[in-house]
Amino acid sequence: MIDDPKKGMTLIVKTITRLTVGLILLFGIYIVSHGHISPGGGFAGGVIVALSFIHIMLAFGKETTFKKVKESVASFFESIGAIIFITLAMLGIGGGYFFFNFLAKGEPFRLFSSGLIPLYNMAISLKVGAGLFIIFVTLILFRVSKKGEEE
Amino acid sequence: MLDLQILLIFMIIAALIAVKTKDLLSSVIAIGTVGLGLSLAFLILKAPDLAIAQLVVEILCIIILIRATIRRDLPFSASGRWIFNTMVTVIFIIVFLIIGYICIKDLPQFGEPIMRVAQNFLNNGLRQTGATNLVTAVILDYRAYDTLGEATILFTAVMGVLAIMRNIGRKK
Repeated sequence: MIDDPKKGMTLIVKTITRLTVGLILLFGIYIVSHGHISPGGGFAGGVIVALSFIHIMLAFGKETTFKKVKESVASFFESIGAIIFITLAMLGIGGGYFFFNFLAKGEPFRLFSSGLIPLYNMAISLKVGAGLFIIFVTLILFRVSKKGEEE
Repeated sequence: MLDLQILLIFMIIAALIAVKTKDLLSSVIAIGTVGLGLSLAFLILKAPDLAIAQLVVEILCIIILIRATIRRDLPFSASGRWIFNTMVTVIFIIVFLIIGYICIKDLPQFGEPIMRVAQNFLNNGLRQTGATNLVTAVILDYRAYDTLGEATILFTAVMGVLAIMRNIGRKK
């Protein structure tokens, strides 16, 4: 795919994208998983994860991206994020009320601390990342020209 | 405080340039400059969570706007009825300023919060939730209903985009 000069941008952009896009994805996952310790959280990390896939799409074109992640897969993950979020909130009813934090709090400044909050962060990041990726793909692929015809 | 005011003036100038420029790409870049200034203002006001969210959402919006507006010549009309438009604008600005003066008079001064609820969160947040980032503790534990509403809004937005832009039912 990197040798095909007709799709996507130039060779320089493709090479640098191949080197950096994994780091961007990793940074997004870091922001999500440390959202209860340092600044960040599910929303910002999810947007960074979506931006890494958008980065691939801008550099390599849409065919290469759809080999890695299809639109239906992104739609599936968006719904799964919403379902996980609601399910965790509903499980709290067993302990008293909606959104009850029933897991053990643990030690502060540890990765596994503060009960359900990291799980909420991961659910929101799935939802935001997949949702923004779907919006981007839809707005880019289905362009409408001035007279209402497809390009 | 002076750096914040300089930043706000910079953002206002960039917004005026974004409105007044004829070229669409320059206008989009000026909007991005406003977002960068807002992110820096959040950093000066010591809100790194908001600064990160503002920066990444601004990058996404700029990419979408550039891909949507480039190679596109949108019609732009500036002629006709300029007296009526100017008068309506001036009247609305005057009404907005009067109502804003009445409403903002009773608020506390900038930088001096009342801290009636927030002080409770600051005192008990670490013990009650175990999260050292108090912003996350508030949005995912004390005020989790807000986050649920935000997730619902995003879900509705995705559904709306897919419903408008879908393939089925489009005229060939």
